[in-house]
Order: sequence, then structure tokens, then C-alpha cells
Amino acid sequence: MSIHDVTVAYHRRPVLWDLDLDIPKGVLAAVVGPNGAGKSTMIKACLDLVPRVSGSIRLLGDQLTAVQGRIGYVPQRETVDWDFPVSALDVVCMGLYRKIGWFRSVRRRHRNAAMEALDRVGLTDFADRQISRLSGGQQQRVFLARALVQDADLYFMDEPFASVDAATEEAILEVLRSLRDAGRTVIVVHHDLQTTRDYFDWLVLLNTRLVAAGSIEETWTQENLRATYGGRLTLLEAAGWAMGTAGSGQSHS
Amino acid sequence: MTGGLCSIFAMGTPSLAAASTGGEDFLRILLLQDFNTRVVVAGAMLLGAVGGVVGTFLLLRRRALMGDVMGHAMLPGVAAAFLAVQALGLERSLPILLLGGGIAAILAGLAVIGLRRVSRLDDDATMAIVLSGFFGLGVVLLSVVQSSGGGGQAGLEDFVFGKTASMVTSDVVVIAIGGLLATTVAVLFFKEFRLLCFDDAFAASLGQPVMGLDLLLLSMTVVTALVGLQAVGLILVVALLVIPAAAARFLTDDLRWTVAFASLIGALGCWLGVTLSAVAPGLPAGAMIVLATAGLFVVALCTGPKRGLLPRWSLRRSLRRTVGRDHLLRAMLECREVTGIGEITADALMINRSWSRRDLFGLLRVARRASEVVQIDGNRWRLTDRGEIEAAAMVRNHRLWEHYLLEYAHLAPSHVDRAADRIEHVLDPVLVRRLEAELGASVETEPPASPHPLSTEPPSEDALSNEEGTS
Repeated sequence: MSIHDVTVAYHRRPVLWDLDLDIPKGVLAAVVGPNGAGKSTMIKACLDLVPRVSGSIRLLGDQLTAVQGRIGYVPQRETVDWDFPVSALDVVCMGLYRKIGWFRSVRRRHRNAAMEALDRVGLTDFADRQISRLSGGQQQRVFLARALVQDADLYFMDEPFASVDAATEEAILEVLRSLRDAGRTVIVVHHDLQTTRDYFDWLVLLNTRLVAAGSIEETWTQENLRATYGGRLTLLEAAGWAMGTAGSGQSHS
Repeated sequence: MTGGLCSIFAMGTPSLAAASTGGEDFLRILLLQDFNTRVVVAGAMLLGAVGGVVGTFLLLRRRALMGDVMGHAMLPGVAAAFLAVQALGLERSLPILLLGGGIAAILAGLAVIGLRRVSRLDDDATMAIVLSGFFGLGVVLLSVVQSSGGGGQAGLEDFVFGKTASMVTSDVVVIAIGGLLATTVAVLFFKEFRLLCFDDAFAASLGQPVMGLDLLLLSMTVVTALVGLQAVGLILVVALLVIPAAAARFLTDDLRWTVAFASLIGALGCWLGVTLSAVAPGLPAGAMIVLATAGLFVVALCTGPKRGLLPRWSLRRSLRRTVGRDHLLRAMLECREVTGIGEITADALMINRSWSRRDLFGLLRVARRASEVVQIDGNRWRLTDRGEIEAAAMVRNHRLWEHYLLEYAHLAPSHVDRAADRIEHVLDPVLVRRLEAELGASVETEPPASPHPLSTEPPSEDALSNEEGTS
């Protein structure tokens, strides 16, 4: 995936400024930065969900419209109404709507595929449950299952780890790693500095402008993080950074 | 300027059987014996059904007020079409007037979307501006029509409040065609609309034309509102779009059923409204339709199995009952433990748990019906064998928790009672076994002794106020 000279603005205020970066195939990449840094906007720009002022984006070496069927997306959980009258299975089936095509309805084989995806995120028993009666973590996993069923080569996920329980975080991470191990590219907006180093192998540091991008070993430096968070890297976050580094050291040994 | 509209408000609308009264006529209307009645009922019910289908998507897309905007925006369109026809010296016809109304409604819809884009105003403000602006223009144009004199303008008022009662076969055909169109689109694009309403960003990421689907939904709304003018008029047409759909949400958690129920409720409301207005002469049919539909909404709100008030209330009530019963049995056993006497006075129980006499006797009556207690005389009660077993289990669970809290949560002995009170009602056998395993040797007795003195003294004021807080 490559982003070239992309600028996005909301009401004239630039949210992303002259972004220029490449993410190689087959990595599990984190997009990290302070609030309002344009992390979600970057993903939305890639998917053409927000208008670009300038620049060009190529996904899987092509224009978005040419590869749309090979792209998967997990929006932020809070963006939808979880009171909506559909079941978990219905939501997962939505990932297949493009494949199913216009004027055709969801068939048994589509539902079977959706059930498999639900199984991968550990929600087999909740397939028929109305989505408002799922916990936050389960709702997040339903979204992940909907992306899985898309069977995409490139995934964009917007804060999939936001406010989920430890068990869900573990389950989601496992799925993301299995996607990467299968050669898919996964780009994740992430907010937790403590886990970034452990979870991901590619890092994009963003604060309206691109601060740094590259493999996690090269990019995960104190200077880069300081440059990303500026004065806003509080003591607490610095401590989190230290913990993240120490934690990964332990797991590597 | 406002004279025209005032006269419209004063006129109201004629009802179906203005001249007929009495039980015989009621039966005639109910059995649809007159051709006219059949036409009106068929037209109204068709309209209600279509309103339910389109309204469900509109509501779930959070555009419910859009129906209101479109309805009101039709007035200037209809009036302008009328003036144009008059100026050109053409014959006035319904399709041309409806065309004018439709164009105005589409303009209003585009105005809302455009205004939202350029002004950064919230949706509700945008819609309020467009709605009042268009309706104001409509009132002005209407007064121009009325002051211009000439014949045939009387029909224009029908668009404001509808003319259900005087619907004719050709009106029903218009409704049927419009309804068929909207329903077909809803069926064909069902899955796309479902995704659009639930998660438009994901829909866009799949490459679906979100803007196009939104416009399609708005066109369906325009068509529904247009044919709805015939029945309830442009002020109340929003009711047919929103109320049945909102009512259906209390009945089911499946979108397909929501659509089906909404259209059923819409049809039923329309039939009820028409029938009521026919039976009671002088009541305007359009308004009666809206009232009947609103009545159905209230019924759904109260009794709906999915999120209705009554089912929720009865669930809470049954939980409260369980808690009350558990407390009563436990209190009786504890009283006996302290006094050593099997016959327990109501006064002793009241001291044990700060019940009012009324609450206590209510609980005792329920327990007697379940054969858990027997009454010895006016004031004295005893546990039955069955009550004994239940109470022993209850006391055991309660004290297990108390010991657990003392041991692991380091609560003060004076506090564990209340903390355990809240948990014991939801203990299942698995949890109880785990508790036993956890505590092991510290609770060999059966049931274990209470870790705090059991109260036979009246509780202090402090304890009383706490008790109220937790119950």
C-alpha cells in the first residue's frame, strides 16, 4: 500500500498534511498518534470515505475501485447503532454483500461462511442474538468476523482494541496474527502505547504529519515517540512506553 | 395573508358517513357493504402498509423528520402548480398538482442535504429551517390562490388535511401504483438498505453507492408522502411514516419482521381511523387515522415483547418477589435460631429486617400460598417442612458469602450481612460449590454460624437508612 502526498481537510483545517508513506505486504501495522492526529482519517482516506484535497493512494498496487473486493474494513464500534434490529449473524453476512451482488438475497452458503467467521472469533453460540444483547467485546468481535468473511488481502481496522476486555483483546490479537501469517496485510489504528511494541511488526507514527514509519524495531525509539506526542507525552505515557519496551524484552528472551 | 389557512383550519374535513348514524350503519361500515366504504378502507389501508415499509428504513436511517419536511414542502409545490395551470388556462388535474408537490419535496430534500454540507448546522436545525421556509412559502402561495378568485381552488385545502372520506377509485389506484413502486424497491434493495441504515461507512467501503441509495430512499419517501396527501394531508403524513415503524420496534428484533409489523400496524391504524370517523360523524378521518395509529403505538410501547414497558416491569417485579421471599425465609430461620422457638411473631420479624407491617404480611401471604409457612394465629407464624429446607439453603448461601467476604474481601463483620444480601439471590449451584471448596475447613458446621450477632433489637437509625438504599 502506498500513500503519496495526501492531504485531507475538514472545513479548511488540515487533518492530514502531505502524508507520504508505504506499507509493505504481509505486515501487521499499527497507526499510532495522539488524539486528533488523523489516524482514523488516514484509514478513511484510503477507503475514499473522506474527500482528499490532494495526493494519490494505491492499494495492493492499484486504484481503490479496481481492488475494492480485496479490501476489508472494521469501523470504530461507536459509529453504529447497536440497537439496530439485526442479529450477529446478519451483521457478519454484510461482509458478503459485495460478493452476493445486487438483487440477490443471502443464501445458506453465505450464512455458513458467516458462521465459520463467527467461530473464528469464538462467537458461535451468539449467532442468533440481537446485537444490543452482546457485550462491548463481543460486538467488536462481530465486526472482526464481518471483516474476516470478506476474505480480503488488505485490512483496515479502526481501534479494534478500544475498550474491550482482556479475553477479547487476546482473541482479536490471535486473529490478526493469523491473518498476517496467511500473508494478508493488516493496518490497525491503535491507541495503547503499552502493547504496541508487542503486538505489531510495523509502525506508523502520525501527528497530522507523518513522524516516522517503518519496522517496529527501527521506528520504536524515544525520539520518534517524543516527536509524535510532543509535549503531550505525559509521565504516564512515558511510563507506559518504558513498560512496553521492558515487556517485549521479556517476551523475546 | 393568513386568512386562507385560517379558513382551512376552521373547515376541517368531512367524514365518511356524515349523515348516517346508528348501529345498523355501524355494521354496514364494519362489513364493508357499501362500495364507497370499500374504496376508502382499501385506499387507507394500502397507504398505511406502504408508510410502514418505507418508514421503517427512514426511521432506522435516522431521517424520520425528513418525512415531515417533505410533507410540508409539498404545499408550495401544489399551490405553484395550481397557479401555473390557471395561468396557462389548462384544465386542473390531480397528477399535475401532485407533480408540483413532488418536485417541491425533492427540492426540500436536496436543500436539507446541501445546507448540511455548507453550513455545519446540525440536522435538526437544517430540517427545521427548510420545513418552515417551504411551508411559509406554501401558505403565502395559497393565499394568492384564494385571493385570485376563480373556481376550483376549494380542492387545494384537501392537501393540507387530507380527504380520506371522499376518496374515489382513481385515488386508490394512484395509491396502489405508488405503493407497489415503493414496496418493490424496498424488496429489491432490502439488503442494501439494511446495510446503509446500519453502517453506511462499511457500505461505502464495499463500494456501494451510499449517496444513490440515500436518494432512492428519499424518492420512496416522496412517493409515499405524495400518495399519503390523499388520506391524511401533508401536515400529518409524517405520522404514517414514523409511528407504525416506531411501534414495530417494540415487537421484534429482526428487520424483516420490523418491516412486516410496521406495515401491518399502519394498515390496521388506517382501517381503525376510517371506521371510527365513519361511525362518529363529524370527526375528520385523517386525524382519526393518526390518532388510531398513535393508539396502536401506545399499545406496542406497553406490551411489546421485545422492549415494551409491561414485560420489563413484570421481570423486575418477579425479581423483587424472589428477593422478598428469600429474605423472609431467612429471617424466620434466624429468629428461630436466636429464640429457639419455632413459632415466630410478626413483630420479631419486623425488627429483624425493618419491614413495614404491610410489606411483611404481603410476603407472608405469598409464602403461605407456596406452603412454605403456616399461620398459627393472628400474629404468629411457623415454617413448614418445605419452608425449612428452602430457608436452610438460603441461610447457608448467605453465610458462605459472608465468610468468603470476611476472608478474602476483608470487609468488617458489621458490613458483610448487607453485602451478602445482594449477592445471595443470584448464586447458582456451581458458584456455591466453588464457595464451599474455597472456604473448606472454616465452615464445617451446617449451616455455618453467622459471623456477626443476629439482630433481635430494633436496628439503629443509621442501619435503617442504609437498608432503604439497598432495597
